Amino acid sequence: MNRRESIKAIGITSLTAGLLLDACKPKDKPEENTTVADPEMADRQPVEIEKDKKLNAEKFFTEHEMATIVVLGDLIIPKDDHSGSASDAKVADFIEFIVKDQPGHQVPLRGGLRWLDVQCQKRYNNGFKDCKPEEQTAILDEIAYPSLAKSEMKAGVVFFNRIRSLVATGFYTSKIGMEDIGYMGNQPNKWEGVPKDIIKEHGLEEFDFG
Amino acid sequence: MGDFQIKESAKVYDVVIVGSGAGGGMAAYVLANAGVKVLMLEAGAYFDPRLHSSQLKYSYQSPRRGAGTKERAFGDFDAAFGGWELDGEPYTTTSDTKFDWFRSRMLGGRTNHWGRISLRFGPKDFQPDDGVSERWPITYEEVKPYYDKVDKLIGIFGTKEGLENEPDGIFMKPPKPRLAELYIMKGAKAAGVKVIPGRGSVLTEPLEGNEDRKPCFYCGQCNRSCKIYGDFSSSSCLVIPAMKTGNLDLITNAMVREVVTDKNGVATGVSYVSKEDMQEYTAKAKVVILGASSCESARILLNSKSTVYTNGCANSSGLVGRYLQDSTGASQSGFLPQLLDRKRYNEDGTGTIHIYAPWLTDNKKLDFPRGYHIEFGSGMGMPGYGFGSLAPDLNDRVPGRDGKMKPGGGYGKSLKDDYRRFYGTQFGMAGRGVGMARYDNYCEIDPDKVDKYGIPVLRFHYKWNNDEINQAKHMQETFSHIIDKMGAVSTSGEYGEHNMWGLEAPGRIIHEVGTTRMGNDAKKSVLNKWCQAHDCKNLFVVDGGPTVQQSDKNATWTILALSMRTAEYIVEQKQKFNI
Repeated sequence: MNRRESIKAIGITSLTAGLLLDACKPKDKPEENTTVADPEMADRQPVEIEKDKKLNAEKFFTEHEMATIVVLGDLIIPKDDHSGSASDAKVADFIEFIVKDQPGHQVPLRGGLRWLDVQCQKRYNNGFKDCKPEEQTAILDEIAYPSLAKSEMKAGVVFFNRIRSLVATGFYTSKIGMEDIGYMGNQPNKWEGVPKDIIKEHGLEEFDFG
Repeated sequence: MGDFQIKESAKVYDVVIVGSGAGGGMAAYVLANAGVKVLMLEAGAYFDPRLHSSQLKYSYQSPRRGAGTKERAFGDFDAAFGGWELDGEPYTTTSDTKFDWFRSRMLGGRTNHWGRISLRFGPKDFQPDDGVSERWPITYEEVKPYYDKVDKLIGIFGTKEGLENEPDGIFMKPPKPRLAELYIMKGAKAAGVKVIPGRGSVLTEPLEGNEDRKPCFYCGQCNRSCKIYGDFSSSSCLVIPAMKTGNLDLITNAMVREVVTDKNGVATGVSYVSKEDMQEYTAKAKVVILGASSCESARILLNSKSTVYTNGCANSSGLVGRYLQDSTGASQSGFLPQLLDRKRYNEDGTGTIHIYAPWLTDNKKLDFPRGYHIEFGSGMGMPGYGFGSLAPDLNDRVPGRDGKMKPGGGYGKSLKDDYRRFYGTQFGMAGRGVGMARYDNYCEIDPDKVDKYGIPVLRFHYKWNNDEINQAKHMQETFSHIIDKMGAVSTSGEYGEHNMWGLEAPGRIIHEVGTTRMGNDAKKSVLNKWCQAHDCKNLFVVDGGPTVQQSDKNATWTILALSMRTAEYIVEQKQKFNI
C-alpha cells in the first residue's frame, strides 16, 4: 500500500473529495454504510446536531451591538496588504454563535459594549460605532495596551482583551485568516522533516534524525 | 404482573465482554479469532473512524471553530464523545479530595482520541527495586512476548535505544522532528536531558499482512481518529475486524448494571439497561470479561451484590476500587524568538509525539520515588479556537521589528503583523509521572446517589502527597532548565508550593488504573496474575484495573499486552470454562 493508495482510500469516504481530486480521481464507488444524508455531518452526534440547530435559531446580540462588533472587529483586524478584514471573514457571525455556545461570554461582552458606548457618549456625544475614526482609535488606545492603561479604564481593558481575542480567533480560523497566517497543512502529504536549508539556517543539523 | 421486567437472552455466549476500549477490544479480537463466540456490550454509540471521524475538516467547518463542548470536552473535532461530565451520569468526591473522571461513551472508547504514545513498561516497572513501590506478580520477561505481538499486530514506530527500563519494540521508522523540536533537542542536550525519537502507534510504513489499514498521510489529527485506520483505535483495529470473523456480536448503547452470578458464586452473565428502549436485559455467558475502564469496572463489581458476594463481586479482599492511581502531570510552554517570522511549510506531522525524554535519572539523591517522562510538542498547526490570544500575549516579550520593546496587546495592522510574526514559534513540554499506588486513594459506591439508570454511582477519594508534589517540582525545574538552554522564553506562570508546582488534579491525565489489582495473595489482591478474579474463576478484568503499581509510561500498550495474554489464557483453559 503506497501513499497514493492511502490518499485514494480516504477519497472513498467522500468527505474530502475537493481536496483530493487533483491528486487522483477515486474511481471506486462509496462503500457500504457511507450513505449519510449529509456527509459533512457524519461526524456529528445527534445531540450535537440538535444543539447547533437550536443555537443557530437563537439571537443574542441586538442590531446595534452587532454593528458595533463589526466596527470594532475591523479596527482590530483591518484590511492590509496581506489579507482582508475581520468583516470580510464574517467574524461577527462567529462571535454571535460563540456567545450562545459559551454563555460565559455574554455578560462581559454585552456589558463591555455598553461601557464603550457610555464612554464615547460622555466624550464625543456619540455611541462608539458612530464616532469619528480618530475618536474611536483614541479610546482604543486607552484600553488596548493593558500595561499602559489607567486604572479607571480597567473594565475597558478587560473587555477589549476578550473581544480582541475573539475577533482574532474568528479571523485566523477563517479561510482568509488561514491563508494570511500561512497555514499549509490539513492535506495528505509525506512528512520528511524540516526542509534541509531551514535546518541549516538554524544550525541544527546535528539534531535531525530518521 | 406489572409491565417492568427483565428480558433474558436465550443465547448463552462463550464470553461476554463489557467495554470496547483497548482492553475489551483486544480480548474480543483474540477470542473471536480463536473461534470463541463472544458478545460485546458497549455503553455508547457505534463509531467507525472511517465513517465518523472529523479528519481533514478545517476550523471554519465548526461553528465554534473547534472549541470544546460538554459533548466533546477536547474540542469540536476530537473523537471522544463525552468528557468530564455526562448527562445523567454523575460521580462524586469526598469533601476534601478531588478526582476528575473522563469517560467516552462510544465504540472504541477513549482509544479513538488518545495520544497514541505507546510505551512498554520496563523490567523495573514490573519489579521495582526502589524499596517503596510494590512489585507485580509478573515480570517484564513474561509480558515481553505479548508486547512483541501487539507491536506486530497494531504497528508502532520508534527506535532501538538499548535503554534498560525503556524496552525496545518491533518498530517502524519514526517521524522526524519539527523545527522547534530540534531546538528542544539542542536545549535538552545542554541541560543533560536525553531526548529520543517518540514511540507511537501510527503506521509510518505499511503494516504487514493487513490490507484494511493504510500508512499515515501526516495530517497530525490522530485525536480525531483516522479514516484510513493509520493509527490505533480499538474500534478500527480490533473490534470491527473481530466482527468480520462472525464470532463477535456487538450491542451498543448497553449500560451494564452488574455481573450476574448463581448461588455458587459462578458468573452467568451481566445485566444491562438498553439506552435505546430503556428496557432491562440479561446477557448470558460462560465467562465474563470486564473492560469498562478501571473505575467503571470497579463500579460494576461493587454494585454486583448477592448472597455469595455480600461485599460486591470478587471483593472478598475489600480491595475493589482501592489503589486507584492516575499519572502525575505538569507542563510548561514557551516560544522561540529564533523562530519569529519563520518560513512556512506543512509541519503537521503525526498526531503523536515526535520526540520524547524517558526517565533515566537515579532517584537516590531525589526526594521522591520513581520518576516521569517528558512529552514535547510544537508546529505550525491549524489555527483553532483560542488562537486569538497568540500575539497580544507575546508581543511585549521581545523587541518589535524596529528593535524597540512595545507594550503588549494592541490592534490594527501592527497586531496583524504580530500574528504572522509569532505564528509557529510556540512549543510545549509535559511531564507524565508515576502516581504511587496507595490504599487510601480509591473509588467506592456513593450510598446516596444513583444515575439516571438507577445504578449507584462512584464516589472518589484521592489525594496527592509529597511523592507526587516533589516530582512536579522536579519537572518544572527540568522544563525551565531546558527552556533556558534552548534560548526560549517560557510563557507559563509562576509555579511554587502554593500551586503544587502546576501538578494537575488527580484524574486529569486520564491514566487512571489500579482498582482491581492483581497479586498472588487473594487477601491482598482482587485478581490473580492472569487477571482472573480470585473469588470467581470465570470472571476477568482486562482494562487498567489489574495494575499493581503504574509506571510513568502511558498504560495503553500494557493494557493491550495483558488483555491479549488473558484472552490467550482463556483460550488455553477453554475446557475448564466449557467453551
